[in-house]
Amino acid sequence: MNALKQYIELYDSNRALIEQQSPALLNTLRLEAREQLETARLPRKGSEDYEATDLEALFAHDYGVNINRLPFDADPGETFHCDVPNLSTCLYYASNDAFHSSATAERNIGQVVVEPFSMAAVDYPELMAAHYGKLAQMKDPTVALNSLLVQDGLFIYVPDGVVPERPIQLVNIFNAALDMMVQRRLLIIVGKNASVKLLACDHSQSPDYRYLNNQVIEIVAMQGSTVDFYDMEESTPLTSRVSSIYVDQHEGSNVLIDGITLTNGFTRNNYHVEVNGEHAETHLLGMTIASGEQHVDSHTFISHNAPRCNSNEMFKYVLNDNAVGAFAGKILVKPNCPRVEAYQGNRNLCSAPTARMYTKPQLEIYTDDVMCSHGSAVGQLDEDALFYMRTRGIGMEEARRLLMQAFVADVIDGVRLDALKDRLHYLVEKRFAGTLSNCAGCLQTCHPNKENKEK
Amino acid sequence: MKETEKPEKGNQIIEEAAQAEYKYGFVTDIETEVIPKGLDEDVVRRISALKGEPEWLLEFRLKAYRHWLTLKAPTWGHVHVPEIDYQAISYYAAPRQKKAGEGPKEIDPELKKTFDKLGIPLEEQMRLSGMAVDAVMDSVSVKTTYRERLAELGVIFCSISEAVKDYPDLVRKYLGKVVPYTDNFYAALNSAVFSDGSFVYIPKGVRCPMELSTYFRINAAQTGQFERTLIVADDDAYVSYLEGCTAPMRDENQLHAAIVEIIVEDRAEVKYSTVQNWYPGDKDGKGGIYNLVTKRGLCRGDHSKLSWTQVETGSAITWKYPSCVLKGDHSVGEFYSVALTNNWQEADTGTKMIHLGRHSTSTIVSKGISAGHSQNSYRGMVKIAPKATGCRNFTQCDSLLLSDTSGAHTFPVIEVGNDTSVVEHEATTSKINEDQIFYCNQRGISTEDAVGLIVNGYAKEVMAKLPMEFAVEAQKLLSISLEGSVG
Repeated sequence: MNALKQYIELYDSNRALIEQQSPALLNTLRLEAREQLETARLPRKGSEDYEATDLEALFAHDYGVNINRLPFDADPGETFHCDVPNLSTCLYYASNDAFHSSATAERNIGQVVVEPFSMAAVDYPELMAAHYGKLAQMKDPTVALNSLLVQDGLFIYVPDGVVPERPIQLVNIFNAALDMMVQRRLLIIVGKNASVKLLACDHSQSPDYRYLNNQVIEIVAMQGSTVDFYDMEESTPLTSRVSSIYVDQHEGSNVLIDGITLTNGFTRNNYHVEVNGEHAETHLLGMTIASGEQHVDSHTFISHNAPRCNSNEMFKYVLNDNAVGAFAGKILVKPNCPRVEAYQGNRNLCSAPTARMYTKPQLEIYTDDVMCSHGSAVGQLDEDALFYMRTRGIGMEEARRLLMQAFVADVIDGVRLDALKDRLHYLVEKRFAGTLSNCAGCLQTCHPNKENKEK
Repeated sequence: MKETEKPEKGNQIIEEAAQAEYKYGFVTDIETEVIPKGLDEDVVRRISALKGEPEWLLEFRLKAYRHWLTLKAPTWGHVHVPEIDYQAISYYAAPRQKKAGEGPKEIDPELKKTFDKLGIPLEEQMRLSGMAVDAVMDSVSVKTTYRERLAELGVIFCSISEAVKDYPDLVRKYLGKVVPYTDNFYAALNSAVFSDGSFVYIPKGVRCPMELSTYFRINAAQTGQFERTLIVADDDAYVSYLEGCTAPMRDENQLHAAIVEIIVEDRAEVKYSTVQNWYPGDKDGKGGIYNLVTKRGLCRGDHSKLSWTQVETGSAITWKYPSCVLKGDHSVGEFYSVALTNNWQEADTGTKMIHLGRHSTSTIVSKGISAGHSQNSYRGMVKIAPKATGCRNFTQCDSLLLSDTSGAHTFPVIEVGNDTSVVEHEATTSKINEDQIFYCNQRGISTEDAVGLIVNGYAKEVMAKLPMEFAVEAQKLLSISLEGSVG
């Protein structure tokens, strides 16, 4: 069985249509992607770097692919309203893999450019050509598949020296009434000494259909820039996602990526960071709260290609029921890169006998004057702490909840956006209490009838 | 061992180190019986026939050989094993016995000199040091000392080929049970062509009164050594087993693919210590031994304990993961390792702790030291099966980098299948703190001595687990191997 075959056939029979509906730039990579996929196979469970995750089975399902670019349903902007205390964002929507048209009216707020590839290819052809597909590695079959079928994407450009007042928020919504796969694609370019805070959240409108999001995000952080990317998942048990984030960091840049999974079905996150300039700082944070049949696999790779740069990783998992968590992180320090400091941590709570955790922290160091460490632990809540709380009259359940909240708190505290931090504490509290609603995660006013059916 | 200097004589050690490049690099000029190079079924049959083996063992070898033909050499290690021409190796080289009638009891004087140079206490020295030694040169076990005294207690300590003749039922019962011939490429090769090794059986309730030791040496050129060690500790038994290895300096690379199998029954304990000092190649990475070894122990009984301690300073390439399968409830696995690589050496070593029994515990302490252009990797796995409740593991692996051209890597895997087990892993990589060296310098200690001191201090946690005689030798080895790496 080769799940990729059906997609290659789909492409071959609809090639003209796909190319006709895409900006010309996107078509330039398709041939290479097609060649890669010819020989590539999706990793099976147990293969290197996929110890717990079976992509072949995930992609084998017969998903609908919206090649014809048919518009779906209503304007998501009409059903979602941003009403978060103290957080005012520039809000954009992506419905399935299309950047929603109603939001494009306001696409250049301040000097920050947020627009679909179709427009960016006209407005910023040189920037697009210089960066599109340059970081993402086609040898990963999911990236190749994205490059083969992608028809549009979102282009975010912060020119040199621009520091926007408000964060940008991107709401990704699945709203098809059929099983569906989408290829989401983001290209984020942050100019010299510029700064951006981006909050993305994933939602699924219907819990009854299988959705698969195969997304590729490329982030270029120029000299002295600051990039905060908060990536939050709040989808349904039938929603799957394979996300590959590629980052290119220049001298003195500061990049924070925080992946938060509160509810989902099946997720694989790949983070690939190339630190190419001195004094660059990288922060990768991850928090997963999983129960039921949730599956979250995060894979990080930070390559230190320049001296005197720092990186810091912390991933925390709380697993319940039959949830499966996986973490693999590699820190690479290339030769002649002294004074690199790199720290990696992975802490996991298994709170049910059937929950599974796989962890693989790795260091690969080729320079002697470095400080690198990793730590990984899988365990349970401290019995003594639980006992102490119970002697103070706090019930078992409440005590467990408090301790679990405290456990993930330091990942939330790494968030560099106060309003979001407060909101996350609140959401996590609700998540542990089992009262999290389906759309609360994206800082929206919630729909009264959208209570998470899983709970 | 002959080395009796006290550990604190650091200066003297460095001095010796400066003079000695690889002090075990002599060749003993004795006649060896080598079968022609190459490997096919006839060679396997011939090895078996030369050793006068029973039919079942030949069958085992042939099955392994046929399976080996279907395998490819593994490439996942962080080492560069060049394509090995398995037809260019001689698979059997035995020191020829001049007096055929007297059998292996009478030792060739040349051979004895070799072992004297190595510091193996074969004869009278034995009584002083109280250690039983089985020495394996190239492929054949040369002499086993103290056999009679051990026999009084029912302890069997002999070469595996003798064991096949004298205790066929025991060997048949345990051989290939922990490391089956299907395990990996090198295990299959070893199972097909293994020539000799040690066999140890400790009967129920016996605490082996002395440390058992095997010394391996590859002497003949263009031969491979494929020894096989099988240790069985029956209920309530205890044994401490030591293994040392050396080889002469040669330009070409030589292959060493051994298997060690250990079975530990109820409440028994086995302590296995290795000081591995195969020839590491010269300063430019020429020559040296490829040490591609499969070592695994099965803690089959409840409350059983297996402890691996290794000091790895030799070999051009080391590929070795002494592992514990903790099947018994409350069984204990330990792994203490110091791996030092210098010049162009490559080491990929670590352990696997497979927790199958309830409340089983394991400890891993790994200290890597990389100098010159070498690459040193820790690769390990801790796996807790879903039914293995209440398990505990602690892993610490530290790397010390002594040059900016060397590499230190850590590849641990952790799989936890239940909610009552706790697994912790910590790893750090750094170079020697300049403040420490400066402090030593201002107290009149040269930089080279200071590095020796700091490295020995860094490795002390593991050295403390070695039997005393070995610890002294291992400490010297560390200093010798570091020679020329500072500056």
